[in-house]
Parts: sequence; C-alpha cells; structure tokens
Amino acid sequence: MVGIITYGAYIPRYRIKIEEIARVWGANAAEITGGLGVIEKAVPDYDENTATFAVEATRSALARRSVDPTEIKAVYVGSESHPYAVKPTAVTVGEAIGATPVMTAADYEFACKAGTAGIQTAMGLVSSGMMKYAVAIGADTAQGAPGDALEYTAAAGGAAYVIGNDDPIAVINHTCSFTSDTPDFWRREGEDYPRHGGRFSGDPGYFKHVTGAAKMMLADMGTKPSDYDYAVFHQPNATFPQKGAAMLGFTPEQIKTGLIVPRLGNTYSGAVPLGLAAILDAAKPGDRIFVTSYGSGAGSDAFDITVTDAILNKIDRSKGPSVESTLAKAKYLDYAVYARHKGKIKV
Amino acid sequence: MTVARFWREIPQRYNMVGTKCETCGRVFFPPRSVCPHCRRNGKIVEYKCSGKGKVLTFSILNSASEQYAEMKPYVLAIVELEEGSRVTTQVICEPDEVFIGMPVKSVFRVLDREGSDGIIHYGTKFVPDVV
Repeated sequence: MVGIITYGAYIPRYRIKIEEIARVWGANAAEITGGLGVIEKAVPDYDENTATFAVEATRSALARRSVDPTEIKAVYVGSESHPYAVKPTAVTVGEAIGATPVMTAADYEFACKAGTAGIQTAMGLVSSGMMKYAVAIGADTAQGAPGDALEYTAAAGGAAYVIGNDDPIAVINHTCSFTSDTPDFWRREGEDYPRHGGRFSGDPGYFKHVTGAAKMMLADMGTKPSDYDYAVFHQPNATFPQKGAAMLGFTPEQIKTGLIVPRLGNTYSGAVPLGLAAILDAAKPGDRIFVTSYGSGAGSDAFDITVTDAILNKIDRSKGPSVESTLAKAKYLDYAVYARHKGKIKV
Repeated sequence: MTVARFWREIPQRYNMVGTKCETCGRVFFPPRSVCPHCRRNGKIVEYKCSGKGKVLTFSILNSASEQYAEMKPYVLAIVELEEGSRVTTQVICEPDEVFIGMPVKSVFRVLDREGSDGIIHYGTKFVPDVV
C-alpha cells in the first residue's frame, strides 16, 4: 500500500511576536492576535530560503529511516517562494541528498497547497510501479508586504515526505481534490509581494474548497469525522481551520495536535505538511488522520491516512527534530532586525 | 566565483565529499588527489565526511566583506572534523555562545548570492550540535 516511508520537518530558529509587528504599524495588537489566533511567527535567517528548508527537512527524513537515496527517483518541491524564477529548487534538493542524477524533478506552485500536490504526484509515481521512492516537499519563506494583513502571519518553514510502498509508517488510504478558478490571492511575475481579495478569501476561497474536498473524502470513504483520531487543515491563521473543522463536525481535540499556526505563523506550502508532521511526531499505530490542504487560486487536497506498526519499528523519530522541539527553541527579533532578515530594507 | 567553478565543487560544498587514502587511512577535506604522506604508494578514494566536528578556534567578525555584511557580527571558526580534517567555516550561533571545543554539525545554507540576478551559492555551514 502506498504511504509515507519517512518524514522530516524544518522550522528556522527566529520568531517575531505579532504584537511587535502591530506596534510598528500602529495597529491594535490584541485585536489582531485575537482575530487571527496567532501570537508569533517563524522568520528565516539571512542565509536560509526555501531550498535550504527543503534540504534540511529531507535530510531529517532520511536520518530517521535508512533509505537508499539512489532509489529516490523523483523530487517535487512545492513553494511560492522558490529562490529562482527559472532554475528548479528540486535539483538542489536531489543533489544535496545524493539522489541525482537518475531521477526526475520539478518545482510546484499552487499557493499554499503545492506541497500536498507533490505528495499526490509522488503517490501516483510509486503506485504505478514507476519507482520505489519519491520525495514531496512543501516549503516557503512566505512574503507579506510591510503593513499588509499578510505580514502578521507570513512565516517560514517546511516539511518533506518520502513516499513509497515498502512498509510505510502511515498508509495513505485515499486522496481527492476540489479545484476551481477563484482569484482570492495572487502575485504577478516580478512583484515582491502577493495581493489578496481580503474577506473574499474566506467563503468562496478557503471554506468552499476545504469543505468541498473534505466532504468528498468522507463520502468516498464512507466515514464520519468521529472515525479519525487527528485532523489537520490548512492554517493561514488559527481561526479558519477551527471554523472549517467545526463546520465539518471535527472536534477541537482532533485538530489540536496539528494546529501549530499560533506559534509558527502561516508557512504557506509548508503549513499542512508541518501540521501533519506534528501529528506523526505524536501518532501511534492504528491512528487515523484526516488531512485537507488549501491553496488560493484555488483548490484543496484531502488525504485519509492510517498509521502503521512501522512507525514504532521501522523509523527512529528521535533522529530528527520534532516540530514541538523546534517550536520551543525560539529566538525573538524586533521589527527592525526582522525587516533585515526578510530583505525588506533595500540599500 | 565563476559558474563553472561553483558547479565543479558542488559535491564538496553540498555533501562534504572529500577523499581518503586507503593506504594510511587519512581523510582529506577539501579533497586531495594525492596523499602527501604516502605519495605514490597512496590509494585515494572518494569519502563522504560525517559533518560532525568541534570548534578548534574562532573569531567574531564585526567587519565583513560586502557579501557577508548582512550577517555581521558572525562567528568564523576553524572546525576540526571527526575525520581529522580542518575547515574554515561560519558557525551559526550568537557570538557569545561559541567556545573552543564546542561540538558542531553541518547544515545546508546559502553561502553567498551573486547580486540579485546571479547564481545563489549553496553549501555547508555549521551549527552547535546540542541535544
């Protein structure tokens, strides 16, 4: 059965408090923090970007389980902050994990769901017998214009998944998607920062697609929300996934472990992959996980996952940093240094 | 740095691929094509270093060349690898955290960028190896 062979997460060590961003822009910090449910967000170091996150997350996955990198025949990196406009991030990852040259690679972009789109591609390649392992990564150094609503949540981080058939730690029972042309968020070529449709990104964007994919999954599998031990939804803030989960009938307890946005921010393509990694850090054999991503533009990918015994005896989770342990190691920046880190100060 | 030189050095920059003399067991990083001890009796093979080591000595840089200016103050150290080779490298930590003998491990980072339209040079730096 196709599933997750191993996984790895990477979150940079720097953080900025949302109240610090609000202070600079003269906004009401309590109102913003309360409205978004986010208290701080991860910030990249000067020498970090989507490629370094992708490499570190994949190396962490390979440290947890012995996988011959030459058996990895595909690498897909989903991001909306690829370091080059033209030159793939995926080849840098392939080279850095020793998978090159007999492999295929490509970069994906679908706002915040490019990472889960990569997992679906990897599932297809592995299930068809074209290859033993494929790697799918979701990673971003998310952009938000100074003073824009996005700046309060646009964060940094990523997670990597090795997909295969051979003794997976978690079987992916099914995946399905819900997609339409919905212009709720975009960035034109050559622009530094994205724009968005404000409140329009809620009902016709996030909620329509997340509930569309999630309901389709429940119908396809003949399951109900209470059949799952954990659920993770795309988390641009803490409010949307909580509301979406409630609309579908999932409880706060089911989404608690995977809801890492309050201390991480929105890592865009990394968001659901990191939330799922936080769940896998805690999961035990037999646990069933419901996953639904969302990417503006717009679409949602849903996954039904069952954790296997292999999570105890085929992988050593302690060989890679857990999401919780990296979230706990935070170094705080003030807005001025944060602006330098993000390249917002042009000299 | 020319594109060709960067490309040629990718194995050592990304994955710390050095060489080892199978005659005397010495490891060389950056790689050597001849063992300076065994000379013509040496047998050089490719060898991937573990990326683990310790700080042999260090300096805090408060004044840096243009491409590293945004990182200052930063720690520049000589790291002795487990395999015995020594490398000059940045150690990513606060200047007051570093000490001689500090265990370190390799990480993948941007080394420098050729302006806003040139090549991004990736490679290896080190971070404190703490549990």
